[in-house]
Amino acid sequence: MGEMEELRKEMENLKDQITAARKTFQDTTLQEAASGVTVVGRVQLKTRKTLRGHLAKIYAMHWGTDSTLCVSASQDGKLIVWDSITTNKVNAIPLKSSWVMTCAYAPSGNLVACGGLDNMCSIYNLKGKDGNVKVMRELAAHTGYLSCCRFLSDTEIITSSGDCTCVLWDIETGTEKMVFAGHQGDCMSLGVSPDFKFFISGACDFTAKLWDIREAQCRQTFSGHESDINAIGFFPNGNAVITGSDDATCKLYDLRADQELITYQDSSIMCGVTSLAASKSGRLLLAGHDDFNVNIWDMLKSERVGVLAGHDNRVSCIGVSSDGMACCTGSWDSFLKIWN
Amino acid sequence: MAEAPQQQQQQQQEEEEEQEEQPTSVEETEADEGSEEEPKESVHTTPTRPLLSMRSMSMVDPDDDSPNMIVYRKIEDIVTLIQDEEEGVPIRTVKSFMTKIPSVVTGTDIVQWMMKNLAIEDPAEAMHIGSLIAAQGYFFPISDHVLSLKDDGTFYRFQAPYFWPSNCWEPENTDYAIYLCKRTMQNKTRLELADYEAENLARLQRAFARKWEFIYMQAEAQVKIDRKKDKTERKILDSQERAFWDVHRPVPGCVNTTEMDIRKCRRMKNPHRVKKSVYGLVEEGTQSQSPIHTPSHHCRKGTKEDVEKEILFLNTQVDRHRMKMSKVAESLISYTDQYMDYDQFVTAQEPANPWTSDDPSLWELEARKEPSQQRVKKWGFSLEEALKDPAGQELFLKFLESEFSSENLRFWLAVQDMKRRPQQDVAQRAQDIWAEFLAEGAPSSINLDSHSYERTGQNLKDPGRYSYEDAQDHIYKLMKSDSYTRFLRSNVYQDLLMAKKKPETEQGRRTSLEKFTRSVGKSLTGKRLTGLMQSS
Repeated sequence: MGEMEELRKEMENLKDQITAARKTFQDTTLQEAASGVTVVGRVQLKTRKTLRGHLAKIYAMHWGTDSTLCVSASQDGKLIVWDSITTNKVNAIPLKSSWVMTCAYAPSGNLVACGGLDNMCSIYNLKGKDGNVKVMRELAAHTGYLSCCRFLSDTEIITSSGDCTCVLWDIETGTEKMVFAGHQGDCMSLGVSPDFKFFISGACDFTAKLWDIREAQCRQTFSGHESDINAIGFFPNGNAVITGSDDATCKLYDLRADQELITYQDSSIMCGVTSLAASKSGRLLLAGHDDFNVNIWDMLKSERVGVLAGHDNRVSCIGVSSDGMACCTGSWDSFLKIWN
Repeated sequence: MAEAPQQQQQQQQEEEEEQEEQPTSVEETEADEGSEEEPKESVHTTPTRPLLSMRSMSMVDPDDDSPNMIVYRKIEDIVTLIQDEEEGVPIRTVKSFMTKIPSVVTGTDIVQWMMKNLAIEDPAEAMHIGSLIAAQGYFFPISDHVLSLKDDGTFYRFQAPYFWPSNCWEPENTDYAIYLCKRTMQNKTRLELADYEAENLARLQRAFARKWEFIYMQAEAQVKIDRKKDKTERKILDSQERAFWDVHRPVPGCVNTTEMDIRKCRRMKNPHRVKKSVYGLVEEGTQSQSPIHTPSHHCRKGTKEDVEKEILFLNTQVDRHRMKMSKVAESLISYTDQYMDYDQFVTAQEPANPWTSDDPSLWELEARKEPSQQRVKKWGFSLEEALKDPAGQELFLKFLESEFSSENLRFWLAVQDMKRRPQQDVAQRAQDIWAEFLAEGAPSSINLDSHSYERTGQNLKDPGRYSYEDAQDHIYKLMKSDSYTRFLRSNVYQDLLMAKKKPETEQGRRTSLEKFTRSVGKSLTGKRLTGLMQSS
């Protein structure tokens, strides 16, 4: 065991070196730098629409790039595409497995995807010739549950899994193109960079990783959370990463500074973060929690500026529409709500 | 001794337990005491359920870091403090009619204490936290099954640590049956069953038909034990026991707070535990495999290989380039500042957003592609923004065409398009792009440095999605520093930005953009958009 101990020592040594190196660049904190910025004031969003139709816990939702359509997945075994303005259901897709945990809308609007305990990512074509929505592909290779998926285009999709890996798939052939391995715990969530060259993943090993899609390599790792990272997303300019964890905090990490900029926490927030979304300008962070609320943070000043309290059970997913005009929350209470 | 159908309702609370899911619980037909009925919906609000398995006796697992446990610990810190003799709320006995109500506090007491001791300014915040704690059953209203907190004179009692959720209770329906049964055995009004409880009992009687004698006997035994206790103690214990069941068998319509995210259930700490009964019964459960806990899937520990890989990675990170916090902070701040006007949650957008006004005019405006001044302004933020907006991209392209320098942008767009193509089309596209933009004597020859040119040529020997990555980056940088800046200074752009449209016709649709397009279209003879260029 001596060798293992030595290796671990070496590892810890390197980590200390990195921490020290990062410290030398800490000439200020984000809060200090933002002290002169005008306050945002109390943010009060109202529920504009309630999307009713699911019969069980909603686990995921995702906006389409057209700003009014969104897709949601529920453990009632349905994937529903909604027109969020009229609240009409554009499609109600029955799933083979009801244990769905994630869903995604392709940027083109042609495809949706979902997956869960079946360990597969199923792709559905919304624009089929005969009008019926059918399974187009079933991407199977993961040995753990599918926690998240995001399209790069109609031909490529990235998935994260409970088997601790993320995979880039070619949808046409249904094959794995690249495997991103390195996390030491279930991968819970992923986010794609605005230029589609990188993606980030958050996992149950308490770390977030930045991956180069082309090279299939991990470029950076961020730690600091004290529990599982359940949610992750890019800051709108693509230069920073936001994470949400079971430790009830959210963190902002900057890619170029290669370290944590700020932690969003409050002793009166006790329940874990399940989901997060940044507003269009990046000024506000909306975080969904297990205590049924969404907390709204001023990202620069790290102050809570609002609360969305409207769900009767855990908030499981949240998303801001692509033009930033509205945010949608999904909950275990089976409802989705549109706010602004 | 199959327990399965009865176990169907309970959602787990702790993943310390071997969590087993039965996705097809409805079809499960394990023969059980001749039970026909599946009581699942009746007793619980959710249709899904895990199969319980072995668990060890009590004691909180110090290594248990499941999301629920993390919260329980925080709550328990608060609840312990609030009952403290010095620092807590005064817990007292209240005289009422001919009786005494032992060991209670009022809702207001709790809320006030929390505001003072947890430094909470907003009463709504205190109510929210208090409700969370009540929903988990750590304190409960003595006269209501619904576990909520009211900021008034309603009486609350604290839960006994024995019944705390952190003890990983997953009470079986046998326990629940015993509990309901014994309540009917005592002639006390306060122990009368509520309607939903009576219904539950009836269903359990049917489900446990063969086992009922056993249950009845257990209930009798429990009543005997209870009778031995002193009257006041009994009142307290009865209420605590009831609150326990209110957590694990909530009133229909109430949230079951012991539910856990199925993604977190996979943490199998100790697969061989004995199930725990609230009333000390020893049960044995079945040990079927859960679909989540397939042998191949396990929580990865650091193997030697992992550590070695980590060391390799860390070595690349030690001397990596980093930027100062002040610089990145500045960059984030200026980004948010620039986009604040476009952020609906901070600045109300014009026209009114369609969800509030049910007014689709915003969308129609976008669709007509008559760009608003605000939208045109955004194109000036970055080349990325200009290209992201189809109208911006169109205008930039037209400007470049007027300068006879559109090949760079067309090349860039062509490569973007190629990257989204199906795998089988990529190779052909790559060749077409080479022919159009890079080959000797190409019609839309772009200017690449020799190094990138050679690299790209090499890449094309085995063409793929990333064959043009270097070239694309190079061209993008060129556009950004050169043509884009000129574009922003150009008349076409400035006119649009300053909204110098002359509304000469009633239609008002003759925007500068359209006029410009016409004039450009007339003057261009040579450079035409090739079939390769598709608007992204």
